[in-house]
Amino acid sequence: MLDKIQMQMLTEVADLHGVPEGAYNIRVNGEKAARNTTANIDIATKTDGKSGIDIRIKAGTKNESVHIPVVLSESGIKETVYNDFFVGEDCDVVIVAGCGIHNCGSQDSQHDGVHRFFVGKNSRVRYVEKHYGEGDGRGKRVLNPVTEVYQEAGSYVDMEMVQIKGVDSTRRVTRAELAENATMVVHERLMTHADQSAESVYEVALNGSGSSTDVISRSVARDSSRQVFEAAIIGNAACSGHAECDAIIMDQAHVAAVPKLDARNVDAALIHEAAIGKIAGDQLIKLMSLGLTEAEAEEQIIGGFLR
Amino acid sequence: MLELKNVTYTVTEDKGSKNIIDHLDLVIPDGKFVVITGPNGGGKSTLAKIIMGINPVSDGQLLFDDRDITAANITQRAQMGISFAFQQPVHFKGIKVIDLLRLATGVNLSVGKACEYLSLVGLCAKEYIQREVNASLSGGELKRIEIATVLARGTKFSIFDEPEAGIDIWSFQNLIQVFENIRKTVQGTVLIISHQERILNIADEIVVIENGRVAKQGPRDELLPELLGTASAVNAGCSRLTPEKGAVKC
Repeated sequence: MLDKIQMQMLTEVADLHGVPEGAYNIRVNGEKAARNTTANIDIATKTDGKSGIDIRIKAGTKNESVHIPVVLSESGIKETVYNDFFVGEDCDVVIVAGCGIHNCGSQDSQHDGVHRFFVGKNSRVRYVEKHYGEGDGRGKRVLNPVTEVYQEAGSYVDMEMVQIKGVDSTRRVTRAELAENATMVVHERLMTHADQSAESVYEVALNGSGSSTDVISRSVARDSSRQVFEAAIIGNAACSGHAECDAIIMDQAHVAAVPKLDARNVDAALIHEAAIGKIAGDQLIKLMSLGLTEAEAEEQIIGGFLR
Repeated sequence: MLELKNVTYTVTEDKGSKNIIDHLDLVIPDGKFVVITGPNGGGKSTLAKIIMGINPVSDGQLLFDDRDITAANITQRAQMGISFAFQQPVHFKGIKVIDLLRLATGVNLSVGKACEYLSLVGLCAKEYIQREVNASLSGGELKRIEIATVLARGTKFSIFDEPEAGIDIWSFQNLIQVFENIRKTVQGTVLIISHQERILNIADEIVVIENGRVAKQGPRDELLPELLGTASAVNAGCSRLTPEKGAVKC
């Protein structure tokens, strides 16, 4: 049912080499290509007129996964998709999303995914979202994901956002609201090249006492690409928040880091760290003294940094 | 054999230029354990970097096994068989100890083999192999890992730039043992930049560098007695820690 290019895209964005186990919904070129539900995880097409799905995970579901990859392999498709995740209480689940665009044509391909997560009390969610683009057409590959996370008391969300190759333009907006003792951890890895541009905007509101967040971004900007990282942490209670942006800048790239800490409670402890710089000369020298060429050394340093 | 002929390294300063290494001639024979010492600012570390190709010479010639390597870059010299342990080990985000050892050996080293190299420098391997090479490791630990990367390469010419710098006295005692071990096991030429009497003590040959030139060069037994008590042969430990060497009282 899926062609070779589409399978390749699935491998890139969801590490899938075939049909995944557990619940899944595979969307190809704007249409549902495959779906599976399980006893605990239901996936239903939205009925309110919007394009997208509702994923409902029953309370107490443990060690199950949901894959919802999206593939665009036709040039010129533009879509906005709304996916809502309702995670019951006391769950422990892995959700793998991701979008691969293969654009060989001259028209732009664009996927804007709007994901909302409603995470029940004491549930743990690991969310992985990978973006990948390829194709030698002149049409641009554009991804503008919006992620909203609403965490109830004691819940834990770990998000891994990865965009390493081939996406021409991205504006990622992630907003989260955390109740008491909820924790959100974000690891973003990003590499841009040529004249790509990527913006990441995070806004985490720590509303409950004991809530915490750690937003960590590692990025590499090559050629004449542009990156903007904005991280805002709002402390409305006794909470702790940490944001870290670490970027390697190369060639003629442009990287901006915009931290914002907003404490509205005397017991809110908020920290922001940002560092932008080129690859350290002594790192190159060390690896060259082990026999690597300068280009090989650079590759190892970037590979490690983005791991 | 490594031969430096009339080597000069010049830096430009506000008040004009200065020769950090000044028309220096030096021959390091094969298979020897050579320690370079001398006062601070005398040009020792600069010399080590010139040999590795990190600092390009302003004038003069370097021969390695009769091959002119003056124009060879760091990578080429490394591939010819020269290794260099940095005075200040470099930190890497995301690169693990095992990755560095794999890059050093150039093969996809097994965890077991990598552990052997760490054991050589006195590290309990299992605790370190998956750690990132960054500031979460102590100065002494980073230093040993740095030395392990050079041992793992097993090249015919290994340079260690002030292995004792930046580590505490207890790590230092252990480090001396590491070098005593290297002395026994490493087949190739070992060149160490050091002020430490206990390192000088295990040298075959000592070279004193002052003002960018070789002030003295000769066998340990000849040179060490006159260096003791000077800045070229510092006793780092307390005599209670090193009673067997008749150390100076602290």
